Amino acid sequence: MTEKVKVTNLTKIFGKQIPQAKKLLSEGKDKKEILAQTGCTVGVNQANFTINEGELFVIMGLSGSGKSTIIRMINRLINSTDGDVEIDGQKVMQLSKEELRKLRQDKIGMVFQNFALFPHLTVLQNAEYGLALKKVDSSTQEKKAKEALDLVGLNGYDQQYPDQLSGGMQQRVGLARALANDAEILLMDEAFSALDPLYRKEMQDLLLQIQEKMHKTIIFIGHDLNEALKLGDRILIMRDGNIEQIGEPEEILTHPANDYVERFIEGVDRTRVLTASSVMTKAHVINIAKAGPRVALRRMRDNDISSIYVVDNENKFVGFADAHDVSDLIKQGSKDLRSVLKTDVPKTLADTPINDLINDISKTPIPYIVVDEEDHLQGIILRGAVLAAISGEEVNA
Amino acid sequence: MGSIGALPLADWVNSGVDWLSQFTGFFNSITAFFQAIIDAIQWVFDLLPEWLFIIVILAFTYWIKRDQKKLGFMIFEALGLLLIWNLGFWRDMTQTLTLVLSSSLIAIVIGIPLGIWMAKSSKAEVVIKPILDFMQTLPAFVYLIPAVAFFGIGMVPGVLASVIFAMPPTVRMTNLGIRQVPEDLIEAADSFGSTSWQKLIGLQLPMAKNTIMSGVNQTMMLGLSMVVIASMIGALGLGTQVYFAVGRNDAGAGFAAGIAVVIVAIILDRITQSFNKTSH
Repeated sequence: MTEKVKVTNLTKIFGKQIPQAKKLLSEGKDKKEILAQTGCTVGVNQANFTINEGELFVIMGLSGSGKSTIIRMINRLINSTDGDVEIDGQKVMQLSKEELRKLRQDKIGMVFQNFALFPHLTVLQNAEYGLALKKVDSSTQEKKAKEALDLVGLNGYDQQYPDQLSGGMQQRVGLARALANDAEILLMDEAFSALDPLYRKEMQDLLLQIQEKMHKTIIFIGHDLNEALKLGDRILIMRDGNIEQIGEPEEILTHPANDYVERFIEGVDRTRVLTASSVMTKAHVINIAKAGPRVALRRMRDNDISSIYVVDNENKFVGFADAHDVSDLIKQGSKDLRSVLKTDVPKTLADTPINDLINDISKTPIPYIVVDEEDHLQGIILRGAVLAAISGEEVNA
Repeated sequence: MGSIGALPLADWVNSGVDWLSQFTGFFNSITAFFQAIIDAIQWVFDLLPEWLFIIVILAFTYWIKRDQKKLGFMIFEALGLLLIWNLGFWRDMTQTLTLVLSSSLIAIVIGIPLGIWMAKSSKAEVVIKPILDFMQTLPAFVYLIPAVAFFGIGMVPGVLASVIFAMPPTVRMTNLGIRQVPEDLIEAADSFGSTSWQKLIGLQLPMAKNTIMSGVNQTMMLGLSMVVIASMIGALGLGTQVYFAVGRNDAGAGFAAGIAVVIVAIILDRITQSFNKTSH
């Protein structure tokens, strides 16, 4: 993985007495104190993170948390007070005016919350905007703009004006405008927040589709955690200008870094994010090549369980055995477990979302077993564990 | 206050005017330049016979208002211009038009760049705003006196007085129009890496067009309101007719010339207004 964007010590203070505020900040004073003493607002406080090439990176936070300030410092619509942003090793805050324009023209596309389409230009002209700035010849402009409009599903609207389109369609134009440019980095500032829920879901799906094809580096700002969990490869959670946690969606749900993140993720629809592997528990297993009925029964007694899972030498699932059947087997004097193994067990892959399983799990009395692609046994899913995971409790007991 | 004595403000201004009068060459070249513009416009008007002029105006109206209702207005135009012709004010009317159009032209050429500068620089705004107030409120007669001294008698000082009085709306509205362009559109233009020139031409001016046009419209109307005053320093046109009528205490003649001014005003107003109604 290549680092695409590297944010180092990035700080933004708004106000007049910036040197004093900076000093207080370095002494570890918090936002409220600094505001009271200097009248300055700390927008972003010493943010450090990197974004990899091809990653969909979501920055989350409530309004006023500094997320919009961060995204605007990445393409330097806002200058930083301290710290820098590196894009492909280029320090953005050190660039000359000319170099900065070049960077914006060639590498970065931006999509805005309220679309920010140019009302005096047609849909096609809007999509051509970035190319026109670069003075690309007009036939290439049109070709690329049309490709981008195609990609976002806006065929045949070329000659319309933005105010003739619905909100969802307007944002498609906004997305096309950013894509037509062949920008490697897309900055999406609350891009879907102003849309109706239905359009919003459509746009999320569209973005994921496009990302699958294009592998852009996308920095997505939002305040809706469900959206972040759906879209993000990694999520950064901000509060009051500070980074609270950076991690993959599951990590954030299962291991919130602190109380704030925990409260933040309350009420989120976990079933979409959590997979079988995050709710499974360790199964009690014996290896059929090494153990016979007596070992199996002892293991069950020791662990106070009534059945045991049986695998082969390669840890592939063979079946499971009931304590009752095993003790019958011992009475008969047989040493082969195979005759009493039950194999009709519900099975699922480790990366299946719980959302897809939840119905069946609630109907089946016996636990699901979780396997990987090669049928190796990973664990089992107990009903209680699913409920616990959805309600946000620690799973891995 | 009596103990201080009156400040010699008038003397200061007089010595300033005296000092300026050494630059005759400079003022002569300005006069020549303005005169050339005025002559060119008047030459075009004199070239057209009355009936052709009316047809040209009607055709222009038809084209400019192609998306709007216009029949009533076109009838008004035809009748109004025929009335002016009939009253014998035709040549006066074209001279008035020349005065208004040349002063508006100069006001726009200077005013729009000034308005752009004001919008881009808050320092410029702070300096220019009071000057505009000054230009609009200082009684015209006050600067007519030195204007005659520098530019002589005739159309040129009349045009100059009109420019001073009529330019502020164009400057103000250009400034306002550009400043009203929504911040997120400016951000969008910046985020795609536009130069300030690209931003101005491609976004700010097109977005501000309607506001600027209403400033231009006001500039024209104010220019027209100056014709009577301009006639006092020798600018020819309908104003001269009104001025003479006042001098002769002839209410009827004054009213007839006044009506002609109103007709010209309405025609100019409606035509310039329809510039900013054409959407997209």
